[in-house]
Amino acid sequence: MSVATLLEGKEICICAGAGGVGKTTTSAAIAVGMARRGLKVAVLTIDPARRLANSLGLPELGNEERRIELDAPGELWAMMLDAKSTFDEIVEKHAPDAGTRDAVLSNRIYKELSTAVAGSQEYMAMEKLHELHEEGGYDLLVLDTPPSRNALDFLDAPDRLSRFIDSRSLQFFLAPSRTGLKIFSRGTGLVFSVLKRVTGIDLLQDLSDFFASFGDMAQGFRERAKAVKQLLADDRTTFLLVTSPAHEAVEEAKFFRDRLEESGMPFGGVIVNRMHVEADVDDPGVPDGLDPELERKLVDNFEDFHALALRDRQNVERLTGDIGDRPLVIVPYLDDDIHDLEGIEAINDHLFATGAAAQTGAE
Amino acid sequence: MGKTTVALALGLAAARRGLRTIVCEVAHQDRFSRLMGREGVGYEETEIADNLGAISLDQQHTLEEWVTYQLPSRRLAGLLYRNGIFQHLTSAAPGIKELVTIGKIWELAQLHRKTKDARPYDFVVVDSPASGHGLGMLRAPRTFADIARVGPIRHQADRIHEFIVSNKTGVLAVALPEEMPVNETLEYSEEIAAFRGELDAVVMNALYPERFTDEEIESLNGHGGPAVRAAVTEHHRYLGQQAELERLKSGVGSVPLTCLPFLFVPELGLDEVTQLSHTLEEQLA
Repeated sequence: MSVATLLEGKEICICAGAGGVGKTTTSAAIAVGMARRGLKVAVLTIDPARRLANSLGLPELGNEERRIELDAPGELWAMMLDAKSTFDEIVEKHAPDAGTRDAVLSNRIYKELSTAVAGSQEYMAMEKLHELHEEGGYDLLVLDTPPSRNALDFLDAPDRLSRFIDSRSLQFFLAPSRTGLKIFSRGTGLVFSVLKRVTGIDLLQDLSDFFASFGDMAQGFRERAKAVKQLLADDRTTFLLVTSPAHEAVEEAKFFRDRLEESGMPFGGVIVNRMHVEADVDDPGVPDGLDPELERKLVDNFEDFHALALRDRQNVERLTGDIGDRPLVIVPYLDDDIHDLEGIEAINDHLFATGAAAQTGAE
Repeated sequence: MGKTTVALALGLAAARRGLRTIVCEVAHQDRFSRLMGREGVGYEETEIADNLGAISLDQQHTLEEWVTYQLPSRRLAGLLYRNGIFQHLTSAAPGIKELVTIGKIWELAQLHRKTKDARPYDFVVVDSPASGHGLGMLRAPRTFADIARVGPIRHQADRIHEFIVSNKTGVLAVALPEEMPVNETLEYSEEIAAFRGELDAVVMNALYPERFTDEEIESLNGHGGPAVRAAVTEHHRYLGQQAELERLKSGVGSVPLTCLPFLFVPELGLDEVTQLSHTLEEQLA
């Protein structure tokens, strides 16, 4: 199975999985491979660790897509999400007037929240995905997500934001201190007084100013959140789970797959990286006439790798049984670290089932 | 990177030395149980070995407990916690999850525990989220202290932040001997230094042993077969790993560095983690 087949007709490919399984490299490799097949592709990472630039052999990447030189019929673009810049750009773009824009950008709570990595990352990833999909003119967006549990926060982000803005909650915070409360029931008034004990009255007032500064822009956030939620569940999107053949990573992939199904998001298939294939035979086939000491070492070493190969095969079989009819693509443990386009080509022999790998790598 | 394994090994080592210790995971993954070959560890503090407790934090319990500690009665806490407006706000607000998580970790480390009937710990080991999100968690109290300016949240967030940046807290980075993980570790090392001072230790995890000399590998030239191929592969990776180890060493400078071996077993269990805990204990002591 080639990843190209999996991605036919897709506009968004989201790579998810546990930490340390090669998600970033796989995302970069998929983007390169699809650009080679003539598409205009952008790969973006929302993981705050800066590995994507690394895997493309670049010193750095920023919040704007950057074209990567590639001798290919398509185009390859890459970017790394910067939550703060994205947030600022959105405010600048959607503020109805300069007064609103300045009020938000200079709000103290806005400055703190937009700079803090924790949490705002997911909302901005959502916004960026929306923007690139609507306006970028790309055939395919490849998204590299943070390790699973944090990636789930990304999937939930549209709902969490919409719920807050949709419900009475936002109204509550817009008018906390005085007259506004009259529109709420006595129960809500009680909640307000309890909340005040937790936060202090000043924080509630500051929050009120913060939400008020957004004015009508809040509805825009809600609409884009809803659009992204639909997009994530759409046929044009596919989630590829990236895993290593280690037990824990496989379990994490299964967990994530279940979560995708629960939330009605399209699960495309699994990519298993770093498969130990070098000793997946029973006979070590030690050559004759070697020094006995070296022969012993060869056998010991072979047996160690053989055990890993067996484990990997068993874990992958378990995974295959579990994912039903969805495809599974295997990339062997390659000898060299992947840190440039050349290394990515070696991976793509397997991901896109080209060359010699077509016979051995993709079953 | 093997953070969970290293966290558990560190916990075992501390417990053996007589420190009452707890290992704490933050994303409700229950990985410690599997490594220990036992039943699930949840939000209850659970004894998993002599002197060693474990807890698995999840957002729901952590937030509920946090609210309870802020208010004089359970009734008031329940009123707030079950309120829709409060739930919508806390699930939508960036960083709340990180704040209550680090708050709970702080609580575990206090001499006078807020948790009813809970005993104090001498040592709390946290299996933190990956580098970027892990830093986000450590920074959350500072962020919320600045957001709140004054009042109870400010007061509490300040205390937690001071604890994190004090010498009562140590940060240990776990790396793997490959290019990208080493880059990530070096980057993390810089960011943590800017935030709270140098890393306290770095662990290079899963290093292959030196099995063959260059001469032995050369002497295999012209031979084929699975065992020879496996030997050549092993040696090649070994050399690559050593180069990454050197790069990490020079990158982290004076930060103490400990190496752990790659263990050629299908799956790590209690025996292997215990073995690693002895290595850590010898090297970090």
